[in-house]
This record gives sequence, structure tokens and C-alpha cells, in this order.
Amino acid sequence: MTYDTLTDAEIRDLRALAGLMIPASTTYGVPGADDELIFADIVKNLERDTADAQTALRQLADLSGGAFADLPIDRRTEVAARFRQEGGAPLFALNRVVLLCYYRDDRVMRSLGQEPRSPFPKGHVVEQGDWSLLDQVRNRPPMWRRA
Amino acid sequence: MHDKVDVLIIGSGASGAAVAWSLADTKMRILCLEQGDWVKPADYPTNGRDWEARLFGDFAINPNRRARETDYPINNGTSPIQVVNFNGVGGSTIMYTAHYPRLHPSDFRVKSLDGVADDWPVDYATLEPYFAENDRMTGVAGLEGDPAYPHHVLPMPPLPLGKTGKCFGEAMNKLGWHWWPSDSAIATTEYDGRAPCINLGHCTPGCAQGAKASTDVTYWPHAIRAGVELRTRARVREITVGPDGLASGAIYYDAEGKEHFQPAEMVIVACNGIGTPRLMLNSQSGKFPNGIANSSGLVGRNLMFHPFAHTYGYVDEPIDGNTGAQLSLWSQEFYETDKTRGFVRGYTLQLHRGAGMIVDAIANTARGFLPWGEAHHDVYRTIFNRKLGLSAICEDLPEEHNRVTLDPVLKDSNGIPAPRIDYTLSDNTRKMIVHGVARSKDILEAAGAKNIGGEAPMLNAGWHLMGTARMGTDPERSVVNEWGRSHDVKNLFIVDGSIWVTSGGVNPTSTIQALALYIADNIKRRLADATLFD
Repeated sequence: MTYDTLTDAEIRDLRALAGLMIPASTTYGVPGADDELIFADIVKNLERDTADAQTALRQLADLSGGAFADLPIDRRTEVAARFRQEGGAPLFALNRVVLLCYYRDDRVMRSLGQEPRSPFPKGHVVEQGDWSLLDQVRNRPPMWRRA
Repeated sequence: MHDKVDVLIIGSGASGAAVAWSLADTKMRILCLEQGDWVKPADYPTNGRDWEARLFGDFAINPNRRARETDYPINNGTSPIQVVNFNGVGGSTIMYTAHYPRLHPSDFRVKSLDGVADDWPVDYATLEPYFAENDRMTGVAGLEGDPAYPHHVLPMPPLPLGKTGKCFGEAMNKLGWHWWPSDSAIATTEYDGRAPCINLGHCTPGCAQGAKASTDVTYWPHAIRAGVELRTRARVREITVGPDGLASGAIYYDAEGKEHFQPAEMVIVACNGIGTPRLMLNSQSGKFPNGIANSSGLVGRNLMFHPFAHTYGYVDEPIDGNTGAQLSLWSQEFYETDKTRGFVRGYTLQLHRGAGMIVDAIANTARGFLPWGEAHHDVYRTIFNRKLGLSAICEDLPEEHNRVTLDPVLKDSNGIPAPRIDYTLSDNTRKMIVHGVARSKDILEAAGAKNIGGEAPMLNAGWHLMGTARMGTDPERSVVNEWGRSHDVKNLFIVDGSIWVTSGGVNPTSTIQALALYIADNIKRRLADATLFD
């Protein structure tokens, strides 16, 4: 399946928006969603959400009265707050792609104590737990109705 | 034109696989047509770093979003619940959670016990040996002794309790409410060639380890070894009828779109609660202008989902997050009717481990809890790996206006009319949902959870599809008889969730498969005494 691509102007606006959605944090030592690697992943993975992303970015440009990326930072924050309220399903789809790419970045995963790897083949460990917690339930009389 | 087969099964999912395996010992020539492909273990999302992204792509639960070549579109109309499924060998067992409860004995007698809907023409005791056989074939893990069920043997020990289970268990004990490790169709030890679960996470997008009992790894290898042929990329357009009024076979399209006719002595439909009525309504002929076997007018009617009421909250300390099967505990505290609650029938509570770290971020963004800007990181760290979730699986009662019809415009890639859903929630169900949400909040609060949210009914939760070709003894009030044979066409059988009379309040796969084995046994018995088509 082939998908449309964003224009250069749309890409600039999207990068500015992504950095505002999830900025870099020195407190946690993580990059923002506008980081070069993460943002490249976002653009590459819009795929079936491209049409929604384009719709959202058109709306963002309308709210900005031009290029969102060219606005001063204070104004960007104001426009973004309004966009979050009014963006609807297209913005939700765009925000989802940003999150999907951001939280699989090695640096972000490590900052959350996660191993940056696929679940398979190593899997995970879940503690067996103490089944004596069930004793209270075991002692109940049958609850099912005879029919 | 292909050689005639003795048995043509349409659909290779939960019921199609079970009936194929059971009938294989007759040595009849059995063919199953499946519109999808085999899914290779290496194709499952958990093989890759992008596994959560693929839940919104080629492994999305909603076929309209997934939009594979092998999917068909569904017009969900104004239904508050959208149909979810998977099309491929194993059907929707590829993408189920493997939560594997049986219907309760009372579920087969709702008219007698509670004065609503209809009793089933079979009962729990009749199905009990088939439940047991199915548990063995499927490989079910769990813990015997649940007071919510008649005693039954489970082949494997339960899934681990984990930190999340401990949290739930302590909360439920504080409230004095029932909870128990679920019967799960997940191998916890090596079983019938399957490797045990290694806690890859949420089981819905398929199991790369092969521990989850989708029928491509349970029934199908045995059925194929016993001589059953499974033909993939064969999308059936219609069941044909001969001059004698019996089913004569099926017309299907292959992957290249070429039309084929497959003749058969008998046809078994196993496409579940949406696919089956769609196929039957598309099978129009001079004898059956309103769809095959539809003299009752009930094909497509009485659609039942299980409306899901999902409630969640976050505890202070990290728990299991997405590690481990999402569903491994249930509560049946509110399952049986208690009229003081203001509704009849009841629901199961599924107690969930967390979602994937990104899926949870998406959900919390959607509800406005996870902010943009600097605070994003702080807030995310208060929810990451701290989620407790519950779903009330509410019993849906049959109502004829809830139905599947053929969409006049929407078609699949072969030009076959797509299904349209018309469905509304009943007053009884609404009250049950409200009750389920309130009790879920009680549990979350007892567990010390905060930031409680939810979705009720869940939109993308039409997993359980039942009732659209119901069974019964009265041909005017049912589509198939008490052993799955069409009242109108005596060599046409239905074995999937569409034959359910009522929905119960549990995940249906175990009971669907037990019913399929029961029907297969009835077919074999009547073949032996030459009464199958009487």
C-alpha cells in the first residue's frame, strides 16, 4: 500500500508541534519528540494515518494564520492549546503516531527502566505469587445456580 | 469444477477447526475453505520493536482499520459497539485474549430461571463431556475448585498471579467478593508440542511463542494429519442449492479473484455471528429468495455482543504493566441474577494487567490526562506500569431488532455485499453496565487506585458475536435445530456463535467449541444410523 507524503512545510510544522507535545527533559535525561531520530521515525510511520495528519496540520496552519513553526514560542503554546481542544480525530491520530514512535526510542525506554528490545524471544518474568490469598474464596459454598 | 467432497466446512476459526478435527475420524473427504492466510509465528507483532504500532495497523482488531486483503469491510452503522475479528487460519482465535470460561449451567435456562429470552435446547450437563474434550485439545490452564463453577479438570496450572494479581486479590478479599484464576487457553507448561508462555505481554495480537491456543496450533495440525484439507485464500460468496432443495456446495473466489465451484454432500458454516448471517443472506436462490435456510426470517436477527464496561485506575507502586497475559483472573461475584440490582442476568469481571506502555500513553492522552509540554514526563511516570483495569462482560439478551443485514452499497474486494450492523443497547444492559462500572470502582478504590477512568460500553469491543442463526426446536423461532442442522436445508449445519440462544456473560470461545464438538458427534451418530438427513 502506498501513502501520500507530507510537504516540507507540513513537516516543519509537525516537528515544531511534536517538540511541544513531548519536549526534551533534562530532569529525566530524555530527548523530545522533535529529536532527529525520533522525528524521522514519526514521519516514516505516518502511513495509514497520513491523511489524518495532513488534515490536522492544515487545521494547525489555519489556527496559526500561517506556518506554526514560524510563530514565537509563546504564541505556539497558545495555538497548540486551542488545537488540542479542537483538533478532534485527525489530531488524535497524529498524536498517536508521535507517542508510538517516541516511547519506542532506546533512550526513552531506558529512562523508564525498560530494556529496548522486542518482547519475543526473551519474554518477561512475572512472579508466581502466593495463592494462599485465595483461601478466603476457596472456603465459599458453590455460587453457581443449579439448572 | 472441483471434485465433490463429503463435507465442506466454511471458516477455519474456533468452531470450524473443532468440527473438522472431530469429523476426521469418519474418514470422509473433508475440505475447509478459509478466506485468509496462515499466520506465521515470525509475523506476529511481538517479534519487533514496533509491536504496539502494529496494533493500529496490520494487527488492529477492527477489520475496517486493519483492512488486509483478506478482510471484509463492516458497516457498523450507528452501533455503539463495533465488530472486531480476524480473518485467517484460526479465525479470531488468532487475536483473542484466550480468556476461556465456560457458560454457566444457568445460562442455558434463562427463561425458566429468570423469565427472559428463551431456554437453550441443550444444557450444561449435555455439553460437559465436550467441554472436557475441548479443554484437552485446546490445552487450558487454570486452578480447580472455583466455587463459581461445577468442578472440572484443567490440564495445566494457572498463569502466574504476579504483582497485579496480588493487588486485585487483596482488594477483592477486603470486599469479600469472589475472584479466581481464569481458565486460560494459554500453555503454562509444554503441551501438545506447544512451548509454555514466556509472558510476552498482551495476548491479543497473536502469540509468537505459540503458547496461546489459537486453532492453527491446536486443532488444525491434528485435523490435517488426519486427512482434512484446508484451502486458504478461498472466500466463499454463496452456498448453492440443488433442485432437491439441499445444499450442493459453495462458490468461492481464490486469491487472484478467480471464481470456483466446490460441490459437497453437506455444508457446515463456521463463520461466526457476523460472517455466517452475511454468507447465508448472500446465498439467495429461487427457493430461498431471502437467503438460505431463512424461512423463519431470523437469519441475522438477535445479534448479541457482550457490551464491555472498562474501568481502570493507577496505583502508587509499579505492578506488572504489560508483562504477562493481560487476562488471568476473573470474578463471578455478580454473575447470577439478583433482582435487587434492578436488572436480570449478570456479568463477569475480568481483572486486567496493564496495557502496553504506549497504548496506555495513547489512552491517557485521549482522555486528557496526559498533558503536552514539560509536565508530560512527570504525569507519564505516575501511570507507567501502575495500571489496574477491569472489564464487566455484560450479558446481552436477544432482541430481533439487533441485526446483521447486507449493506446495499459496501462490498468486499471480490464485490460480495458487506454486512451492516443495526444494534442498540437495551435498558437491562444499560443498568448492568452502570452496576458493573460502580462495582469496578469499588474494587479499584479498595486497591488504592487513583485517577480512575473508563469507557462504557467500549466502542472497539464487538469481539463476541452471537445469536444471528439461533438454535431451537421450533422452525418458526429458530434457524437450526438442537444439534445444529438447518430446519430448512437438511444437509446444512451451523456450528459457530451465531447459533447461541442467549449470550451468557463470559467469553464465548470455549462454549462455541464445545458446541461444535457436540454437533460433530451428532452428525457422526446419525451418519452411523443413516438418519442424518431425515
